Amino acid sequence: MNPAKIEVLLQTLISGLLLGGLYALIGLGMTIIMGVMKIINLAHGELMMVGMYIAYVLFAWLHLDPYLSILVAAPLLFLLGAIIQKYLVNPVLKVDAILPENQVILTVGIGMVLANLATMIFKSDYRTAPVDYATKAWYLSDIWKGSPIELSLSYPWSVSFLFAVVITAGLWFFLSRTDMGKSIRATAQDKDAALLMGVNVERMRMFTFGLGSALVGAAGCLFLPIYYLYPDVGGQFTLTGFVITILGGLGSTFGAIIGGLVLGVFESLTATYVGMGWAPVGRFVVFVLVLVFVPGGVASLLRRRRFGK
Amino acid sequence: MADATPGTPMLDVSGIDVFYGDVQVLWDLSFTVGRAEIVALIGANGAGKSTTLKTISGILRPRRGRITYDGRALGDVEPHRLVELGLVHVPEARRLFVEMSVEENLELGALRGEARRRRAETKEQVFSLFPRLRERRRQAAGTLSGGEQQMVAIARGLMGLPKLMMFDEPSLGLAPILVQEIFNVVKRIRDEGTTVLLVEQNVRQTLAIADRAYVMETGRVEMQGSGRDLLGDPHVKAAYLGL
Ligand SMILES: Nc1ncnc2c1ncn2[C@@H]1O[C@H](COP(=O)(O)OP(=O)(O)OP(=O)(O)O)[C@@H](O)[C@H]1O
Ligand SMILES: [Mg+2]
Repeated sequence: MNPAKIEVLLQTLISGLLLGGLYALIGLGMTIIMGVMKIINLAHGELMMVGMYIAYVLFAWLHLDPYLSILVAAPLLFLLGAIIQKYLVNPVLKVDAILPENQVILTVGIGMVLANLATMIFKSDYRTAPVDYATKAWYLSDIWKGSPIELSLSYPWSVSFLFAVVITAGLWFFLSRTDMGKSIRATAQDKDAALLMGVNVERMRMFTFGLGSALVGAAGCLFLPIYYLYPDVGGQFTLTGFVITILGGLGSTFGAIIGGLVLGVFESLTATYVGMGWAPVGRFVVFVLVLVFVPGGVASLLRRRRFGK
Repeated sequence: MADATPGTPMLDVSGIDVFYGDVQVLWDLSFTVGRAEIVALIGANGAGKSTTLKTISGILRPRRGRITYDGRALGDVEPHRLVELGLVHVPEARRLFVEMSVEENLELGALRGEARRRRAETKEQVFSLFPRLRERRRQAAGTLSGGEQQMVAIARGLMGLPKLMMFDEPSLGLAPILVQEIFNVVKRIRDEGTTVLLVEQNVRQTLAIADRAYVMETGRVEMQGSGRDLLGDPHVKAAYLGL
């Protein structure tokens, strides 16, 4: 391979990993909701859209940096998620006659309402937050003068990625080291047994829906400096989260992280080598390949190693 | 609220009717468990033994009747508060958190109150009761052998510092030598002051350690008596001991 080709490949992989880190955060939120509630939250991307608009408004009015607005958007989204769970999803969950499929349809409806509200308030205009570091980047040639290839690292993409990593690490710590985190994992594995341990299962469900929403709300803030915003922007991210959740193995947090990275890299490769517009197609190709060849997702591969089956 | 005096039974189940949907499974079921007793519920498959335990621990609600535990009417208590009150249920088929480590399973047994405060201390105690679990503390619970998993289930229950411990077929599927070990552990738990309600299919061994037992058939109590009397009863012999 000649240097130019290597340059393109490396640059593509870097972009893919950065995108994948952000995708992982979206997928994680959906995954923990899936784990505890046993439903796919198809309003997930729309919740992210709400997070983006919160960050946008704070930027437009107060010139608050989108990264700082996480501190506002995440708690607000937590509340929104908890309210949605308690007053909309939970009552439906309790009716035996309603199939789980219909609870999923309910989340589709919630997503549509959120998107329509956004259209009413903000119109369908495309918006961006013109942060002053939007086009800032680091170049390989700045640190290595004689480098035969040139690579660049976008400042906002890198910062967003780092935030995603830190939030993911925080979530990891919470789920693996705290009583509450362990109770959430226990509820996801066996809710009746968790109840026998004294876990307030109802409360855990509400909390988990809130936490998943807060995570994707934070992801919205991280996307604002690098993406454009419009009321229907959520749909594609719902789809992304859905693919990652399947890819990861329906409820496995580690699987979701791997799934997010794989999807990010795959989309980036598709965009470079097939064509910009083909990235969504790449997403579906991954999706179908996984369903056919690893129906249990990443988690089933890990489990096979651990349990020897 | 009634006082928790030593005179009152630890558990008083009085005339409960329990349904799955429209299907009635327990019919006017009543029994009591005295303090520091081992009381056994025996009966054929489908008699309603597990349903009884699930109702006591609040997974199911009785449509009629009342359950009093340690002087408290359980209808007024949210199910997730029961562990804190010392009512612990070691469920049928163990129901471990299979993807979590042995240690995490134990920790989940002590989430609240006094049990949470004394978690480290209690953990040492259950490890000395089941030394095997100390060696396996970091291993995923689902990768243990059946006998080890049952030990985790019992140990996890003990982590809650139970006053009343309910076991649902703890010896199911274990080799005879382990079955005996499990019965010894149950006896030892009672000897240390915990009241035991034991559901079992190993009728002979159960009646041998039980102070009293109730025989259930299709959701009703058909017979009751001391363990010794029931062991000698011709109907029990014919139906449950294969004699
Ligand atoms: N979730 C359920 N939904 C509907 N019916 C159920 C359910 N669980 C149990 N039953 C029915 O209730 C009856 C009592 O079941 P239960 O599990 O209490 O019996 P058991 O005495 O514990 O039996 P075993 O010794 O086999 O464990 C059975 O007829 C069973 O089919
Ligand atoms: Mg049973």
